[in-house]
Amino acid sequence: MSHFKLSFRMLRRDWRAGELNVLVLALVIAVSGMTTVGFFADRVELALSRESNQLLGADLLVISSQPLPEHYADEADRLGLAISTVTKFPSMISNGENNLLAEIKAVTEGYPLRGRVYLASRTSKTQTPQSEIQVAAGIPQPGTIWVDEKLMTRLDLKRGDWVDVGDIQLTVTELIVREPDHSVGFINMGPRVMINAADLPDTGLIQQGSRIAYHLMVAGEIKEVQQFRDWAETQLTKAERIEGIRDARPEIKAALERAERFLSLAALASVVLAAAAIALAVRRFTQRHLDGCAVMRSLGASQRQLFYLYWYYFIALGIIASSLGCLIGFVSQEVLTHWLTGLVETALPWPNGLPAIQGMLIGLVLLLGFALPPILNLRSVPALRVLRRDIGLSNAHSITGYLLGLAALSLLFIWKAEDLKLGLYIVGGFISAIAIFGCLGWLLIKALSGLRHQAGGAWRYGLASIHRRAVSSVLQAVALGLGLMALLVLTLIQDDLIDDWHASLPPDAPNHFLVNIQADQLDSLHQFFQQYAIEQPPLFPMVRGRLIKINGKSVSPEDYAHDLHAERHIRREFNLSWASQPALDNRVVQGSWWNEGTNEPVLSIEQGIAKTIGVKLGDELTYDIAGSHFSAKITSLRKVDWDSFHVNFFVVVPTGLLENYPVSYITSFYVPPTEIAMIHDLVREFPNILVVDVAVVINQVQQMIQQVSQAIEFVFLFTLLAGFAVLYAAIASTQDERIYEAAIFRALGAKREQLSRAWAAEFAILGGLSGLFAAAGASALGYVIGHHVLRLDYTFNPWIWLIGFLAGVIGVLAAGLLGTRSALSSPPLLTLRKIG
Amino acid sequence: MLDHLVKQPILWTNALTKQVNTGDKQLTILQDIDLQVNAGEAVAIIGASGSGKSTLLGLLAGLDLPTSGKVHLDDVDIFTLDEDSRAALRGKVLGFVFQSFQLLPALTAIENVMLPLELSAASHAEATARRLLDRVGLAMRLHHYPKQLSGGEQQRVAIARAFATDPKLLLADEPTGNLDSATGIQIIELMFELNREHGTTLVLVTHDEALSQRCSRQIRLADGRLVQ
Repeated sequence: MSHFKLSFRMLRRDWRAGELNVLVLALVIAVSGMTTVGFFADRVELALSRESNQLLGADLLVISSQPLPEHYADEADRLGLAISTVTKFPSMISNGENNLLAEIKAVTEGYPLRGRVYLASRTSKTQTPQSEIQVAAGIPQPGTIWVDEKLMTRLDLKRGDWVDVGDIQLTVTELIVREPDHSVGFINMGPRVMINAADLPDTGLIQQGSRIAYHLMVAGEIKEVQQFRDWAETQLTKAERIEGIRDARPEIKAALERAERFLSLAALASVVLAAAAIALAVRRFTQRHLDGCAVMRSLGASQRQLFYLYWYYFIALGIIASSLGCLIGFVSQEVLTHWLTGLVETALPWPNGLPAIQGMLIGLVLLLGFALPPILNLRSVPALRVLRRDIGLSNAHSITGYLLGLAALSLLFIWKAEDLKLGLYIVGGFISAIAIFGCLGWLLIKALSGLRHQAGGAWRYGLASIHRRAVSSVLQAVALGLGLMALLVLTLIQDDLIDDWHASLPPDAPNHFLVNIQADQLDSLHQFFQQYAIEQPPLFPMVRGRLIKINGKSVSPEDYAHDLHAERHIRREFNLSWASQPALDNRVVQGSWWNEGTNEPVLSIEQGIAKTIGVKLGDELTYDIAGSHFSAKITSLRKVDWDSFHVNFFVVVPTGLLENYPVSYITSFYVPPTEIAMIHDLVREFPNILVVDVAVVINQVQQMIQQVSQAIEFVFLFTLLAGFAVLYAAIASTQDERIYEAAIFRALGAKREQLSRAWAAEFAILGGLSGLFAAAGASALGYVIGHHVLRLDYTFNPWIWLIGFLAGVIGVLAAGLLGTRSALSSPPLLTLRKIG
Repeated sequence: MLDHLVKQPILWTNALTKQVNTGDKQLTILQDIDLQVNAGEAVAIIGASGSGKSTLLGLLAGLDLPTSGKVHLDDVDIFTLDEDSRAALRGKVLGFVFQSFQLLPALTAIENVMLPLELSAASHAEATARRLLDRVGLAMRLHHYPKQLSGGEQQRVAIARAFATDPKLLLADEPTGNLDSATGIQIIELMFELNREHGTTLVLVTHDEALSQRCSRQIRLADGRLVQ
């Protein structure tokens, strides 16, 4: 019979006999937990990006100041992507004697590809944005125009009126309340209108030299969109660029990335738990199969034969259990999705298959990683064991086993985290936790056993048991400690981190920016704020300058032809500001901030832009500010939290250096939705000030935080289940020993109660020990993850110690007593006979 | 001619010695054992507890290594072989019956009997196992797990397993040690019957004088030496 066939037969027999329950349970929970998280996180991520893409009106934009060549649309079409175009330009709109400069947006069928255009309801009498709104069914018909409230009011229009747009007249048919791509970028609060692109040629407004932005909107499946992006990036001319939501809005980018990290953290926590459960279950498996292997050796099986027997056995087991796990994972994430309808407004896109493949691989790698050395071990079981049961195995291989398993796990982490840094941090934390827990556990067990002479009754026996099973006990405490640590990180720390995240964007986060405030307007603006009882927001000075030299060498946009992003920065003017202290949401990551009062020509630059334009600490930058040159040396690089929605600058210099240059001011503040009318008054009173409304973006990010928090809580259920698997596996790992022990004790006349009290003491010590390990590990891990990975200030939660300790004691005690109930109740003679 | 075949030794040892280190001193468990077992014989190895019986059995089966000396099994000097080759030889030549039955708990009665046949990739494993279990009176218990069988029944399964590969030599280690006397007698009857039917050579380790008398020859061990 081939090895494979026999392996499979043995697997079937063991499975049927219930020998594999713990191992299969651990594997299935591990894989299903991870695939659920994977599938679900994947879908939530897709949904979140898609929701954010509504702010763009599409998944991707190709933008140009020249009409876009056909091949972009052709390629998008070839890839099966939805396309639509938008042409934007400023022009005068007139109605009789009245005319007004407005932004015209000419759209084609399909616009917007993501999100919706909201119109004031026709049934509404007031025609204001606050009245009832409805979703537009399409785009303006040729010959018609949709206008916003500002234009309607200023030109005194009503539906059915005619307006002149260039050479043609269009009928006003709808009042636009909101369109998706309105909020992106710094947009003047000027009026805007929407027309059908078919009318565009007749307007005669498209002429050489007109300031026109041509947008090609693209939307579809992630993979195709990415394919399109990759292709399009090779085609771009200088006039063209590509924008996804992450390019357009650094705040959304930062929030999305943080959300992704949170979710992968949840997934990784279940990997730790799974690994601990599998390691314990494999250990139990090996112990229970020692006799069988010895018998097979005495019956003539060679080492090679035994190895292949168990090798195929474990591969088959891994495939079966992982497939089962994937299936359960898929079903449960479907259930989860149904529960969470309403969690995300858009329908959740169909998940891709990657989590299933990952689940299979993780199941196999974990199982084989932890099982391979024990298999190697099993094949060398001395056949003499059939005559003398006391002959066992050396522990050498089991240590290799844990090392190989850990190595496999580490690789998995780094792969699964899709983020080398996060992966390395967790692997590092995990391995040091094991080492520290192991050593501490050993020392503590030795120290505690010294106390047993002072302890009475049950405690003495409990301590003695832990000491006698020192290796098992340390292993159990480490595994339980790790499991509990993952749970604590997920519950408490995740809660704290999410709270911190919420706090980083409070409900009254600034949602309006005022740009271009002149120095002589500061007083009247101050009064204006007083009048509306709005707290005076901090004003930041801003000087605009073009970067012309780096280290004395002239730079021009042409030098950056290879990098369009950089080229745009060089071509445009930089906003420079001054400050004596770094802003609260800025962190100096290289170099150091200047001493207050310095008049050295130095500057601090944001690290992202420094990388883009290729400058480093010590470089000297020269700006052309209104015709005069200003040079300063880079003495620090800053990391800016763009999702804080505070005013931030790429370049900041010490106070006193730029005061003589033409300066304007910028500020940001919170306007409650009910007070929005105040903005209209502000625009009227200070017509030169640019108002940027980021309420929609803030709302989007806040919603995202909310959604991710909820998603994590659901995902946590699986991690909890995985935690139970660890508990079960840990208790089961000493089950056989306990059954035997119980039989002997009861044969010697011990009462059930005495035995169960002694075991309770043992479980309580074990649980307390692992609870303390877990609390220590979770605090450290929480700090590292919060600080280095999620960039949040994590504050230590002192309760974690008490909660960890109690959870350990209660959890292990309850599970232990439940798990050993059958050991207590089996008749001693039967057990002793069985053992032989 | 036939006589010659019958007289041919299937198992013989030469100056077989086993010593173990117990901390500071060497403990001699077996000393210069020379014995010979001819094909078709039933030999009892008897001795008190601790006399070295089980150690001798382990060495005869090549499950353990001697400190010095030789064991020839079926004309093979087994300690010149590596462990895997010894295992292969065991699979071909030996059958075992243990005191503690050593059935695999996850396997049913029939599967336990099939196991050695499956390991040697023999055909008709199931039919052979069925026939043997029927022979030992367990036709109705084929699909029971060891824990669902009484001690006597478990040992019957073990006997059926021992004969499954049609071994030349059956090694039995205190086969009645875990059984009550009535059941023990039945088991011994069964073992001797099968031994006759299969023409197997039997080496039986026991401390039970009465049982040893059922064998054609007795070898007595005391303090690791043959005393007769």
